[in-house]
Amino acid sequence: MSASGGSAHSFVELTDIVKIYTLGEVEVRALDGVSLTIDAGEFVAVMGPSGSGKSTLMNIIGCLDRPTTGRYVLDGIDASSLDKNQRAEVRNAKIGFVFQNFNLLARTTALENVELPLLYSDRLTTASERRTRALEMLHRVGLAGREGHRPSQLSGGQQQRVAIARALVTDPAILLADEPTGNLDSRVSEEIMAVLQELNEQGRTVIAITHEPDIAKFARRVVAFRDGRIISDQPVSDRRIAQRKESVA
Amino acid sequence: MNIGWMRVANIVKVGLQSIGRNKMRSALTMLGIVIGVACVIAMVAVASGASSSIQAQIDALGTNFLMVFPGTTTSSGARMFSGASNLSVEDAAAIRAECPAVAYVSASAKTSAQVVAGELNWATQVQGVDVDWPFIRSWNLAEGDFFTSADVRSATKVAVLGRTVADALFPNARAVGETLRIKNVPFHVVGVLERKGGSTMGQDQDDTIIAPYTTVTKRLEGHANAAIIYVAAISPNRVGEAKNEIDLLLRQRHRIGPRQDADFMIRSQEEMASTAAASSKTLSVLLGSVAAISLLVGGIGIMNIMLVSVTERTREIGIRMAIGAKGRHVLAQFLLEAVVLSVVGGLIGILLGVAASQLIARYAGWPVSLGAGPILMAFGFAALIGIFFGFYPARRASALDPIDALRFE
Repeated sequence: MSASGGSAHSFVELTDIVKIYTLGEVEVRALDGVSLTIDAGEFVAVMGPSGSGKSTLMNIIGCLDRPTTGRYVLDGIDASSLDKNQRAEVRNAKIGFVFQNFNLLARTTALENVELPLLYSDRLTTASERRTRALEMLHRVGLAGREGHRPSQLSGGQQQRVAIARALVTDPAILLADEPTGNLDSRVSEEIMAVLQELNEQGRTVIAITHEPDIAKFARRVVAFRDGRIISDQPVSDRRIAQRKESVA
Repeated sequence: MNIGWMRVANIVKVGLQSIGRNKMRSALTMLGIVIGVACVIAMVAVASGASSSIQAQIDALGTNFLMVFPGTTTSSGARMFSGASNLSVEDAAAIRAECPAVAYVSASAKTSAQVVAGELNWATQVQGVDVDWPFIRSWNLAEGDFFTSADVRSATKVAVLGRTVADALFPNARAVGETLRIKNVPFHVVGVLERKGGSTMGQDQDDTIIAPYTTVTKRLEGHANAAIIYVAAISPNRVGEAKNEIDLLLRQRHRIGPRQDADFMIRSQEEMASTAAASSKTLSVLLGSVAAISLLVGGIGIMNIMLVSVTERTREIGIRMAIGAKGRHVLAQFLLEAVVLSVVGGLIGILLGVAASQLIARYAGWPVSLGAGPILMAFGFAALIGIFFGFYPARRASALDPIDALRFE
């Protein structure tokens, strides 16, 4: 299976997105008129200091939250008008999440963790189909043979690979990584970025949120945020290619 | 394959997985329901065992059975219960002669005595009755014969023994034909009654000696009045009629006006039965409510643990929601967990309850009776409690916002 698409229509299309949080009496404009277009097959790093609105943007792109005003179209679907259940379906089918702290289920094997999104999906309905698919994903991130391990038995880098396998298992339109290397040392970080780069080369759209300029250099394009607005949006000129320690098929 | 059913199967799988991952917590949560259900079953078994044994004894007595007791007398304006009975043997004879709804009548006098046979002795009660008595009590003889009307007329010293007395005094021999002494008066044993067992009040009914009432009043007691008159109506549906006839007749004979208090009481078996039934019902309600409360406490335990579990697993809920679980998936998962805990707890409780009631039957010697009804009811109730007390925590879990849930530490 490959990432859907091929023609360069916009996958993520944000138009005048405003997100206002009300904290008691105070209104906080976390996003203040953001417009952004990301095409299929891109690898975009979203940068900015904490409080700049990048996490809010990630929540909106990931259909975890809705903008206060503005329009968000994801792969042809107007995601700004979806209700709670529809957003859950979109998250399941179109978005693969990779989190800073991995967010794997404890006391649950790597295989079961990877299978998890399929339990909430209409596709791959039999247990053996799910298992085959999950094993394939684990193999793809270089964890063949570790399917029976629990998160506590895996290193940080291995846990993040399980998380990436889980994100890929439903063949999503975009891979949304929130500080994917935030809890990892630089050597392991590079391995994870290698996995993301390889997936991108295979055609997957990747959006990574980070505050580390070094990590952003693995992407092809960097969008910088400050105070809820985009302050720069440019291709990466001195792109780093991550060193692959293990082959990622 | 049907997708809807596959989804249900997935949710079931998810729910079972999380029970399996928290075995200790699951076991402790179940314990409340286990104890609750076991309690209900054991209590119901004891209560319904008690009431069915009472009912069996009442049925054994016969529903056309009436007793006339001596009541209060009024002498010089003071109402009192006189120790001496005011029911005479003639009253009994009059009832037999003049009440058409009455089939059998037996005057009865009772005394306690130390009974001696050879080297053995036994303390028991001696009942003096008439020849109708075996028909009134539906009590047959195991050996020998009952005494005759001639024995009653001539106050012959003959006795019929209850099984307990026969076994106590003549352990190695047939009692019939032997002689025993009651208050130093020698009696000839003519028969032994069939075993009857314990009574409603827990007395051993077989611990008795039956003799002609004339013999008892004249030779053992020295006064001629009857303590109780036993009556059997012609049929169960003529008991009321018989009661009215006896009431009228005795008022007439004792010269008591229709509006005055009678100096006797007539009690039908039915009235005694309903008293017994009422008290056994009180027992059932009492035991049942104690058990129901313990089941309720078990249910609250489930809710408590499920609420803790939802808080503890907020992050897990957030992860599940982020990767596509809808509110109802999370609701179903937690509800299923609660229901599985209560159903499995209920099943273990049934086993424990059945075992407990068998132990009660064996070691306490109480009659227990256990039907499928109470078992199914306790089980269904446990499942309902799981749904009821599982719903609120499950609802809370499903209403969580995925962003907040993911951020929860």
